[in-house]
Amino acid sequence: MKLLTLNFLTCAIKTCKSTPASFPLHPRDAELEIAETDLNLAFLKSILARLLWPELRTICSEFGLPTLPESRPEPADLVDPDSSEGEEESPSQTARDLHRVLLETCMREGKLVCGNCGHEYAVKEGVANFLLPAHLV
Amino acid sequence: MLPTPSTTHVCFDRVYEPAEDSYLLLDTLSSPSEISFLHNRFPAPSTNDAHADSPAPLVLEVGVGSGVVLAFVAANAHTLFGRNDVLTLGTDLNRYACDAAAQTVRHAVTAPASSVNLDIVIADLATAIRPRSVDVFIFNPPYVPDELPDFSRHETYNTTTTMGKSAAFERDSYLLRLSYAGGEEGMVVTNRMLEQIPEILSSRGVGYLLLCAQNKPEEVKKTIRAWAPGWMAETVGTSGKKAGWEKLQIVRIWRDDTC
Ligand SMILES: [Zn+2]
Repeated sequence: MKLLTLNFLTCAIKTCKSTPASFPLHPRDAELEIAETDLNLAFLKSILARLLWPELRTICSEFGLPTLPESRPEPADLVDPDSSEGEEESPSQTARDLHRVLLETCMREGKLVCGNCGHEYAVKEGVANFLLPAHLV
Repeated sequence: MLPTPSTTHVCFDRVYEPAEDSYLLLDTLSSPSEISFLHNRFPAPSTNDAHADSPAPLVLEVGVGSGVVLAFVAANAHTLFGRNDVLTLGTDLNRYACDAAAQTVRHAVTAPASSVNLDIVIADLATAIRPRSVDVFIFNPPYVPDELPDFSRHETYNTTTTMGKSAAFERDSYLLRLSYAGGEEGMVVTNRMLEQIPEILSSRGVGYLLLCAQNKPEEVKKTIRAWAPGWMAETVGTSGKKAGWEKLQIVRIWRDDTC
């Protein structure tokens, strides 16, 4: 599963959702893999506003990935300042880093843990399982 | 007519096979009136850097099954939304469906892509989705008035790959029953989902829900409109008209804050 997906997931237990501690879910014993994809600059610019930045930084450091900038980049920060005028924009290093983290880095195995209730959700063969035992629903 | 994604790789012994209901969703989502609605609701950023006003829309399909509907949206995102930055995400209870759907989406989206598929996760409805993050919600529920299956062996069925012939047959019939049986009036699962909709939809969010005649769609729409001022529910697609009764219909659910 892509790291970007974690920007949209939370603990499945109803009572956890109203507490800030239920997001983001925290990786444990994670095995990561890289699945290379084409970088789409317009797409990266467009998802910036959707990212919960401090939480994303937390997840990255918990995964042991390189630290992301302290504040959320602006769309302009994703464009290489050396791209010459009139030509198609080329991605900056920030854009490349973000692409690598959000879209190419995938969690293959491990657990996602709720910071509120401590429930662990398994990730197996890249697929996360959010089903709860019947007594927790 | 936009192309229907291929599902030839899917094992329909244990994953719901695309049927009239799936195709009604495809036809409705790509009808001129829904395309116009989606274009207006999610206008493409007017300038290169105006993304903050209308960021990438997130499409969530609950109960993806073969993935034919989500793959259709992912592959035709540019036509449906007029933009190239659509995010898709799916859930299903059935692990085999999750795997199949991921493959269906991967096959359907060809370069240059107008969407990015996040993942298909194993989940109960939208319970694991962060509140107010969904812009387009799609649900083809188990709507047949028929007894719900016994969930007690779900985990085993989802995780055990090797089992005897008769156990595998039981697993497969269980997984198929999950995909169509909706309990009393076919509404037990849909009612649970309806409770989650106001919580998961963003302020610009819109839902597409499939109902059959036995689900009493007029009552369902009335219930939605009574959630709070501004909630709207309209039938935007129908199929199988017989003697003035539609067999299946798609209800669009959204909030109009100008009311
Ligand atoms: Zn929790």
